[in-house]
Amino acid sequence: MLETTATPRNASLHPPLDTRYQVETPEGIDLPLRPAGLLVRTLAFSLDLGIRGLVLGLLFIVLGFFGEIGIGLGSILLFLISWWYMVLFEVLNQGRSPGKQLMGLRVVQDDGTPIGWSASLTRNLLRFADMLPFGYFLGAISCLQHPTFKRLGDLAAGTLVIYREQSLTRPQLPDATPRLAPFALSLNEQRAILGFAERQGQLSAERTRELAAILAQPLHVPAAQATAELNGIARGFLGST
Amino acid sequence: MKQSLFESRHQAQWQQFEQLLDQLERGRTRAEDCQSFVQDYRRLCQHLALAQERGYSSYLIDPLQQLVLRGHQQLYRQRTAISANVLAFMLAGFPRLVRQEWRLVLIASLLFFGSLLGIGLLVYLYPELVYSLVSQQQVAEMRSMYDPSGTRLGRVAERASSEDWVMFGYYIMHNIGIAFQTFASGLLFGLGSVFFLFFNGLMIGAIAGHLTQIGFGQTFWPFVIGHGAFELSAIALSGAAGLKLGWALIAPGRLRRGDALLQAARVSVQLIYGVIVFLLIAAFIEAYWSSMTWPAAWIKYSVGAGLWSLMLAYLTLAGRESHAPE
Repeated sequence: MLETTATPRNASLHPPLDTRYQVETPEGIDLPLRPAGLLVRTLAFSLDLGIRGLVLGLLFIVLGFFGEIGIGLGSILLFLISWWYMVLFEVLNQGRSPGKQLMGLRVVQDDGTPIGWSASLTRNLLRFADMLPFGYFLGAISCLQHPTFKRLGDLAAGTLVIYREQSLTRPQLPDATPRLAPFALSLNEQRAILGFAERQGQLSAERTRELAAILAQPLHVPAAQATAELNGIARGFLGST
Repeated sequence: MKQSLFESRHQAQWQQFEQLLDQLERGRTRAEDCQSFVQDYRRLCQHLALAQERGYSSYLIDPLQQLVLRGHQQLYRQRTAISANVLAFMLAGFPRLVRQEWRLVLIASLLFFGSLLGIGLLVYLYPELVYSLVSQQQVAEMRSMYDPSGTRLGRVAERASSEDWVMFGYYIMHNIGIAFQTFASGLLFGLGSVFFLFFNGLMIGAIAGHLTQIGFGQTFWPFVIGHGAFELSAIALSGAAGLKLGWALIAPGRLRRGDALLQAARVSVQLIYGVIVFLLIAAFIEAYWSSMTWPAAWIKYSVGAGLWSLMLAYLTLAGRESHAPE
């Protein structure tokens, strides 16, 4: 009764409950991306706005000393910073403007590849349409109703704002003697038991016991020993090092 | 195979691949380092599929997925050699694109130049009309700017080169802003572009008509004729790019609206590249040539006519030969 995670070819895929967005690569691998929602993007944009304001303020103070050349230079810089700040950072810094970097976001193309000049310019020029009629009204509506939170500029440019993957630190499995499960387990059950053992450090002892007790009966052990039994099974899956 | 064995067997390969990725992402690789990249990447994909299929722990699968994603980004990214393409694009690609989109360019030009000339003529014939379009304060500003008895243009004569520089910056900021607005608002089913084309046409036309009617034409026309060639056509072209976006939403053809928009945006952003170059040229001419007062009016007019015909010839003729410089 071994059940695999691969679905039969004709089966329709379940839409996932969370907001993951699957990119299928030419190698036949499904890569999950995690699109970022309205709030975190707003925060990132506000940070960018603040940074730009600060930089411009400082520049104008400095350029003020240079008189008219300073003013001319200043208006070119104003142009560069207001229209090209996002584009330059997104293309040259792996899809991350400083605000996005701070919020752990990045922009990618729909297929998960890094964003190029054309796409970045499109999404940032169309920001103007997103801001209509005031305060990002259209952009916010588009973002809220879209399954992967795209604003109008993202729709036209075919881009996606996603969370950057954070590197994981691997927890130590609790000590237990490895043992076999008393009956065959499906892949999902296998991963659930491994997950239980790996995340024990984050749970309180009471909660651990409570969760393990649910499985005491099918495992034919007293509730008090269920935790140890499950950890043993997880060890067994992992194998000896 | 148990997870631990699987890991200990392949860990070294994964780490090696990760180091290579680090180098690639920082752009510090030599060609010989990447010889085995594709094989390594395919093998990593196979490992990931195996790990998923055997129900290994998430703490193994997730890092593998991250590695595959990074490899995918390096392998399938679009690389464009900008510097080589810019010249080919400006010499041939852009005028070809404009001719390919001639319908939209024609509509945008009719909207913009039509409203400009129409209202200019109307204001010239019925002078009081200007006040219903342009605020009184703005009219006064324009008047003082182009007053032949010389307040500001008189000052231009002894304008230092530093001031040309100021105006260059200002024109870039102001004009590219208008062009970008005209383009971006096209996303609203083209309505925004139509509005901005029409509105800018009205404003410019009204002021031109008014200044001519009150007899300031002798300072106004020599000033604007030169850079107008590139500035006005750039606005019309950015309007055409915006209309392209809007039209993809109105009549997507056999595609879904989202896909039609994606394709249209890819074309219209190229139009915008050309528009940016046009506006840079215009700002340069405006700051350094149009503001000069020593050339006589006839020189200004003939240079202006030359620039207009240069621009038109460029858009209609450049890049026609199949062996155009690439």
